[in-house]
Amino acid sequence: MSQTEGYNFAYLDEQTKRMIRRAILKGVAIPGYQVPFGGREMPLPHGWGTGGMQVTASVIGADDRLKVIDQGADDTTNAVSIRRFFARTAGVETTERTVEASLIQTRHRIPETPLSNDQIIIYQVPVSEPLRFIEPRETETRKMHALREYGAMQVKLYEDVARFGHIATSYDYPVLVNDRYMMSPSPIPKFDNPKMDRMPALQLFGAGFEKRIYAVPPYTSVKSLDFDDHPFEVQQWQESCAICGSDHSFLDEVITDDNGSKIYVCSDTDYCAGRVAASEEPQQ
Amino acid sequence: MYVAVKGGEKAIDNAHALMAKRRRGDTGIAELSVEQIRQQLPLAVDRVMNEGSVYDPQLAALALKQASGDAVEAIFLLRAYRTTLPRIGYSEPLDTEAMQIERRVSGTFKDLPGGQILGPTYDYTHRLLDFSLLADAQAEGAEEAAESADSKLAVEVEACPRVLELLNKEGLIENSRQPDEADQVPGDLTRQPISYPADRALRLQNLARGDEGFLLSLSYASMRGYGDSHPFAGEMRCGRVTVELVPEELGFPIEVGEVQLTECEMVNQFHGSKEQPPQFTRGYGLVFGYSERKAMSMALIDRSLRCEELGEQVLYPNQDQEFVLSHSDCVSANGFVSHLKLPHYVDFQSELEMIRRLRSESVEVQSGDNATEQPEAEA
Amino acid sequence: MNEVQSWQDIEPLLSVRNLTKFYSPGKGCGDVSFDLYPGEVLGIVGESGSGKSTLLNSLSNRLRPDSGEILYNSEQFGELNLYAAEESERRILMRSEWGIVHQHARDGLRMNVSAGANIGERLMAVGERHYGDIRQRALQWLEAVEIEAGRIDDKPSQFSGGMQQRLQIARNLVTHPRLIFMDEPTGGLDVSVQARLLDLLRNLVANLGLSVIIVTHDLAVARLLAHRLMVMRRGEVVESGLTDQVLDDPQHPYTQLLVSSILQN
Repeated sequence: MSQTEGYNFAYLDEQTKRMIRRAILKGVAIPGYQVPFGGREMPLPHGWGTGGMQVTASVIGADDRLKVIDQGADDTTNAVSIRRFFARTAGVETTERTVEASLIQTRHRIPETPLSNDQIIIYQVPVSEPLRFIEPRETETRKMHALREYGAMQVKLYEDVARFGHIATSYDYPVLVNDRYMMSPSPIPKFDNPKMDRMPALQLFGAGFEKRIYAVPPYTSVKSLDFDDHPFEVQQWQESCAICGSDHSFLDEVITDDNGSKIYVCSDTDYCAGRVAASEEPQQ
Repeated sequence: MYVAVKGGEKAIDNAHALMAKRRRGDTGIAELSVEQIRQQLPLAVDRVMNEGSVYDPQLAALALKQASGDAVEAIFLLRAYRTTLPRIGYSEPLDTEAMQIERRVSGTFKDLPGGQILGPTYDYTHRLLDFSLLADAQAEGAEEAAESADSKLAVEVEACPRVLELLNKEGLIENSRQPDEADQVPGDLTRQPISYPADRALRLQNLARGDEGFLLSLSYASMRGYGDSHPFAGEMRCGRVTVELVPEELGFPIEVGEVQLTECEMVNQFHGSKEQPPQFTRGYGLVFGYSERKAMSMALIDRSLRCEELGEQVLYPNQDQEFVLSHSDCVSANGFVSHLKLPHYVDFQSELEMIRRLRSESVEVQSGDNATEQPEAEA
Repeated sequence: MNEVQSWQDIEPLLSVRNLTKFYSPGKGCGDVSFDLYPGEVLGIVGESGSGKSTLLNSLSNRLRPDSGEILYNSEQFGELNLYAAEESERRILMRSEWGIVHQHARDGLRMNVSAGANIGERLMAVGERHYGDIRQRALQWLEAVEIEAGRIDDKPSQFSGGMQQRLQIARNLVTHPRLIFMDEPTGGLDVSVQARLLDLLRNLVANLGLSVIIVTHDLAVARLLAHRLMVMRRGEVVESGLTDQVLDDPQHPYTQLLVSSILQN
């Protein structure tokens, strides 16, 4: 542990953690509301998960077991880097198994295995403001949230339906939390949106660059925006996973040769491995 | 059977090892020491201290070495270190009027109390490569020259009054602080996130940490018609200033050290409003070390961001505080741009699926049209 | 006896009292008072720099005045003292009971979304969530402002200046506002296009019973649309009265000058 000498448990000092926990509590109390917090510089760049890391650092304890995924996989470089960071600075146990983890920090996916009430999932958020691309000014978006003025967002969906016949937003699909605040679910595919609705686990969101924390408490309603006559729907694949055969999980496309041949595999590596193990068991 | 790609852990370790090797370069060449960087690349060190927002030339030099000379990476290293430092206390406001001046120029008055002091500057050098620096032996001669200059510099310059205060005696320029700002304790944007609209103290903090290139370009634009700025460099001064702190147990200020600073005050026209007659207004810049370009840019942008309080119209990005303040930080900007290198397989997959679907739908629509047209053609 | 409501019994829709907003001496508008009644069209005329636009901006919740009051008789909130009211109420007004037609259509339209979305936005802002209904209403309003239904998915940038202006009007009228502010709505348009737009405006205003405050430097536009006129000069109202009266028998020397300069042209 020579490299972390001189640093506190999980890197951040206790005062900072307390400040972040207060922001989290406020976020839990007002589901979907973006709480400004005194975001710190982290030893990773903004946009690489510093918001999620600050949240994780503030809620992690010595008994926790941490799973970190990026694009659904535990072995992507950024997931490895963040998992190592906490293994080194907090000395906590890490795991790749969704069911074994008490904390899951994620970038861009929600695990396929349903989460339970004793787990916390922490999302890394690049742009916390769902209205940002409609209205770049924070002074204005704050008012829009305060007054629940979300018509402009609906305009975007209208344009999609008018042009394509259906809503064409495929990830970072805006949601309405607890029938009150519009929220960015972070850039997860819209495939994962339904998992957020009434999820038993506590969902925390950290945006390092924007210095915002927000939360969805367990069992809270999370609705994806839509029209009455054009309801929200998720992606579907014709193919199944080339490894585990799953026909119901989010699939990544893998190009296998120079001719552009491709196969599809589960983006959630733990889920995929779990299915393979389960199918092999009876034969042993 | 297909096996999912693995190997993230190993790849990271290898990347670190390769980078370390590349940073060191040819081991046949003597390694650069942190002290050499500090002594011989002081302007690079100053920039890293400014945007890293810690006054520590040694750590800034270390960061530059570790970052292979990449200023933005070095700034990031210093910031990430700074954030873990405890806050012992806040210093008393620095008295830059009492600065031990090494350089001081004014663009507004030919002569003035205290005089113009050129000091060390590249301003009047001809930008001709000095090939004598290529040869190591020549370094000796340069040292001698430096020593003789040093002895002249050593002549103590008395603290001198600020140029703009001379104008203020006639009431031709606004006060440096508005009456309602007198007792204001400035916020600390490293503890509290900025909330818009931000007051001037917070704006200045943000600008002091802001990316030098970004501020330079914005201030340039403000003088080229993308803004209504017609500034004069009222005064620029560089030198050392004492830092004082009031320890709680003592209750009076004690000296804790000295910092090298560059301060710039810009003078701008102001046409007057219904409450105020026309007068000059100010823009202010204060930065660590010898960082004149940064200090001037900061002062120009400070002034353009004051347009709302002065009742001027906000028309250009350099007058828009949300635009300037939220994009000035090189650590944030670099992080966000560089994060595009991270995997985005999942979002991209979602987009791929969507594009394919839209394309196949548009093909279906077209072939559908053909299908209905064909029978008519036959009939 | 009782079928005709007497003029005195009707409450003004908007009452303006001593409204003042100055940027610097002589620049802005001072001490303006008037009442606007339901269905009435008030023209504000004067040369550029006379304070017309400052006044209009202050009246329409876009520029807080230095002093004075604007009382609006709201359908939803009752009598409202505009700048003393909650911002939430004012913002709701702006997208329901009020409309603003800007001189430059690009200030009033979303140029990067379709005509249909431009018209539908206000509906969605007040909670409409049925795509088919929104589209249907957009089509009706396109027809009302004489834009072909086939253009519904085109962006305003593909429209001519006159069409953009008509689209802006449709975008405002879709929520059935009661009060419309117009800033030189025919400015910058060809004469023939102006005539068509004025004709359309006059019909819409009459059919919908709209109250309108219109700023224009063009006395011909004022004569065609406005029931009443206020003449402004250097931030002050120098003369006001029924449109025909002011234009045919101007009392103030400045108004006389304005009217005669039109005649000479």
